[in-house]
Amino acid sequence: MNMNEEELLRNFEEKIDVDQKIEPRDWMPEAYRKHLIRQISQHAHSEVIGMQPEGNWINRAPSLRAKMVLLAKIQDEAGHGLYLYSAAETLGISREEMLDQLHTLKAKYSNIFNYPTLTWADIGAVGWLVDGAAIVNQVSLQRTSYGPYSRGMIRICKEESFHQRQGYEIMAQMAQGTPEQKEMAQDALNRFWWPSMMMFGPHDSNSPNTGNALRWRIKRESNDTLRQRFIDKTVQQANVIGLTIPDPDLKWNEERGHYDFGEINWEEFYAVINGNGPCNKERIDHHKKAHEEGRWVREAALAYAEKQKQETLV
Amino acid sequence: MTDKERLLQYCLRQGDTHIIFGYRLGEWCSKAHILEEDIALTNIALDHMGLGNAWLERAASVDSEKRSPDDLAYRRNEREYYNLLLAEQPNGNYANTIARQFLFDVYSVLYYSELLNSADDTLAGIAGKGLKEVRYHYKHSAQWVVRLGDGTVESHKKIQEAIDDMWRFTEELFEMDETDDIIAKSGVGVDVSGLKEAWKTQVSEVLEKATLSLPDHNLSRTGSKTGVHTEHLGHILAEMQYLPRAYPDAQW
Repeated sequence: MNMNEEELLRNFEEKIDVDQKIEPRDWMPEAYRKHLIRQISQHAHSEVIGMQPEGNWINRAPSLRAKMVLLAKIQDEAGHGLYLYSAAETLGISREEMLDQLHTLKAKYSNIFNYPTLTWADIGAVGWLVDGAAIVNQVSLQRTSYGPYSRGMIRICKEESFHQRQGYEIMAQMAQGTPEQKEMAQDALNRFWWPSMMMFGPHDSNSPNTGNALRWRIKRESNDTLRQRFIDKTVQQANVIGLTIPDPDLKWNEERGHYDFGEINWEEFYAVINGNGPCNKERIDHHKKAHEEGRWVREAALAYAEKQKQETLV
Repeated sequence: MTDKERLLQYCLRQGDTHIIFGYRLGEWCSKAHILEEDIALTNIALDHMGLGNAWLERAASVDSEKRSPDDLAYRRNEREYYNLLLAEQPNGNYANTIARQFLFDVYSVLYYSELLNSADDTLAGIAGKGLKEVRYHYKHSAQWVVRLGDGTVESHKKIQEAIDDMWRFTEELFEMDETDDIIAKSGVGVDVSGLKEAWKTQVSEVLEKATLSLPDHNLSRTGSKTGVHTEHLGHILAEMQYLPRAYPDAQW
């Protein structure tokens, strides 16, 4: 590293230390840029892949209102995907490159979307738990050091809180409905609880990307802190609607002022990350298929735009 | 038939058409060629659902059986559904979907422009809201017809085939039966037979711009006014209505 670069790094870190945002044209260490590209594109892909398990129920939504709310929600998620792809693009990667990384499994997306939505209650569970966990993470990320990402998060958080209410409303209604509905609601909670807990990633002691990310304020709080916050708020919400969290070790700890909880099945977590989850193959195949089947449309749009350009020149 | 029964029937026809378009467009979710288009199609699906809901609310308000809009959407069977046959046609490839939407959108703008003058305040209100939306739908589908028509050799062929295929279901847009006649004469509904010339002119203009031709066949299918559909509708309703039908006592 030459002197110049040392100085640049010092300036960069000084900005970070006083919570000044880093903007696209500012100098930044390569590791910072790489970390952000990885994290933001992963976040964007999660929004986009997440459309699949939710889209799975659009046409079976059981009321006109439920269908409209779900459509609106999925449309929001797609919109979040767009802002996030744009935020990542400011770091010098194109959307095509990001999609290519997704299709070749170089880029990840949230593990949770590798679980199937089997009943209508799963749509409730996704909104309540998955969006609920995402909000905890995203609220914290509103203060992330990279300007475009932070601004994206502020916008996204406003919409996510509506999503979580939508999910919770479905669960509450079903939990207080017929015996079959209640059973579906409890079953959905049973299946989505642990994967939602895993959304915060490995324990801090075992999280390879945390060090620099915290120092450079990409992440503002650790995985375990965020997970605990999610648990504390969600347990109370489950109690209110009479559903049981599927964790026999869950207990209020007076001294800590938090809930204690059981051990997460990390074997399952890594299996899903490494491609062996219930729907990994289906999700990527679906995305690739749509992308491939849309090639002729993209080509047509491009050819048309090219002709228009020629005409304007003439 | 009483006045109320006629109005009920009229509202169901429009409402069902939107609900079924909403269903078909919803099927595109996560399958479009680019994320922006996924958003556009879901957004248009949502508009159709909103319009369908508004029409079914008006229908419910004159229903002697006191069914709710949800009852009307989820508890009627194939022969009691009155959507246009065009709406239920499968998405096919993107050109098939765009052709189907375009042929309807041109009609829809003309229809809602007329309905603004409805003697029924609720329907005039639906038209006011609907017109803004269907104008955007029209812009979206017409632009795509032009892009695909004047894009590549492959896209030109696909959109021309799609227009030719969907053409069979357009005669029905302008069909009037006794119910429509009476509702139109009372100033509540629209005499859609009068929209045909304007529709054809506008469709032709866009097709010409897209370097496409008007279909040269006279194939035509109708039947929705008496609830006689293509085979596709039954599958749509089977999927759409499954939960309320399987758990008839449940509230969702």
